[in-house]
Amino acid sequence: MSNVRVAGTGLTSFGNSPERTSRDLFAEASITAFEDSEVPREDVEAVLYGNFMGELSEHQGHQGPLMAEAAGVQAPATRYESACASSGTAVREAVTRIRNGENDVLLVGGAERMTNLGTAGATEALAIAADDLWEVRAGVTFPGAYALMARAYFEEFGGEREDLAHIAVKNHENALSNDKAQYQKAIDVSDVLEAPPVSEPLGLYDACPISDGASALVLTSESYADDHDLEAPVSITGTGQGGDRMALHDREHLARSPAAREAGEEAYADAGVDAGDVDLAEVHDCFTIAEVLALEALDLEPIGEGISAARDGRTTGDGETPINLSGGLKAKGHPVGATGASQIAEVTDLLAGEHPNSEYVDGATTGVAHNAGGTVASATVHVLEVSDR
Amino acid sequence: MTDGESDVADAGFDEWLAAAADGDATYLECANGHGSLPPRRVCPDCGSTDLAEADLPDTGDVRTFTVTHVPTPAFAEDAPYATAVVDFGPVSLTGQLVGIDLEDVETGLTVELEITVSETTGERVLSLRPV
Ligand SMILES: [Zn+2]
Repeated sequence: MSNVRVAGTGLTSFGNSPERTSRDLFAEASITAFEDSEVPREDVEAVLYGNFMGELSEHQGHQGPLMAEAAGVQAPATRYESACASSGTAVREAVTRIRNGENDVLLVGGAERMTNLGTAGATEALAIAADDLWEVRAGVTFPGAYALMARAYFEEFGGEREDLAHIAVKNHENALSNDKAQYQKAIDVSDVLEAPPVSEPLGLYDACPISDGASALVLTSESYADDHDLEAPVSITGTGQGGDRMALHDREHLARSPAAREAGEEAYADAGVDAGDVDLAEVHDCFTIAEVLALEALDLEPIGEGISAARDGRTTGDGETPINLSGGLKAKGHPVGATGASQIAEVTDLLAGEHPNSEYVDGATTGVAHNAGGTVASATVHVLEVSDR
Repeated sequence: MTDGESDVADAGFDEWLAAAADGDATYLECANGHGSLPPRRVCPDCGSTDLAEADLPDTGDVRTFTVTHVPTPAFAEDAPYATAVVDFGPVSLTGQLVGIDLEDVETGLTVELEITVSETTGERVLSLRPV
């Protein structure tokens, strides 16, 4: 099966820009991706776009064609919605289409406008990723759902808030060199422990920020890349998706992510790699506990041991397997619909040696991107490898 | 929730809340014994469409909980409040803990179902009271 080349990547700065429309954000990201790829816009055969809360944040549905227009592409366009995994599912669909020969050139990405809603409005908008009847109406918020999982993890496997704090500290440290990150500010463990509680045991610094931003990728078939002499050394070699029951209370385990495990196993098998081959990963750390659950689901840490990975230095920049060298959702920011494709962009740039933090992973050949929706009722995992250097 | 939406009933769910408020909470049981919550026409575990109402057990145990300080606007006046996932045997539920100091909430706590009213919106809320 033909690999899928990442020909170009484009990201806006993630952060606080309430006045910017998502069409403006996506236009900027796509311009960068096209410039990076040297692929002409007229070669794009379709636009696959991820977005979650557009109806609530800017009263805009039917965003596919709007975003194709913003990117200057005349091609069919579809919006993909899987909560925080929206653009991860868009990437997966694009990979599938290119592999089966349906398309050679696709523009894939996502955007989210969130800060214009304010904290309460964004909290409400994010909550609709949970079951409205049985969770939201009982007062479950997005941080609240992860707090339920964090407490369940502590009860089942041990660990404490201080262990989680090391994850936040690590990801802030990684973001210092990422000039597109929302927070370029070092923090220490006491900052995290002393921050105001959001949903106990999680506090303000255990949570990703509310962010505006966009991501874009130009993906091509191997034959198109070769025929056009593209400089595109990184391929997506594996894709996987998993699903789970919507409401947290309907799951057997409250402290594990079976959907992410399913996605990871599928993606590893697809690429012909295993967890031991992974040199670096961008995982969906919307909350500190989410990074722990992701590492265990991806077999990068044994079940029950992911909690100590950051504290003991296994996942820091100079650790065995650096995790979230971009700063992660935690420090880079989490414009929901943009996140999955932005992770692919970060892994691509890290593997290509074009990332400010590439020095930590010199010679790396295999990276993984893990994107989760809601309380991980949806998950996509992609494996990226250097195929040509 | 906007005012317009609150005027419209949610078939299955609203009836369940009303029954629960009268002390007659139920769950759905399929031909293979799987429990689930309404509204539902198909068992999510096995696909059976043969679903019958059964009485929810009187008490359940707290599996996990959180105390939320930053609520959605629908619970602005209620925060801080404790939310718990409670195991009732055939099904689990998520609800707000009432009748207990927040610092005394712990996993394993035995609770019974009670339908309360949100201080913010006046809407019914699925709640849980220690027995
Ligand atoms: Zn069944």
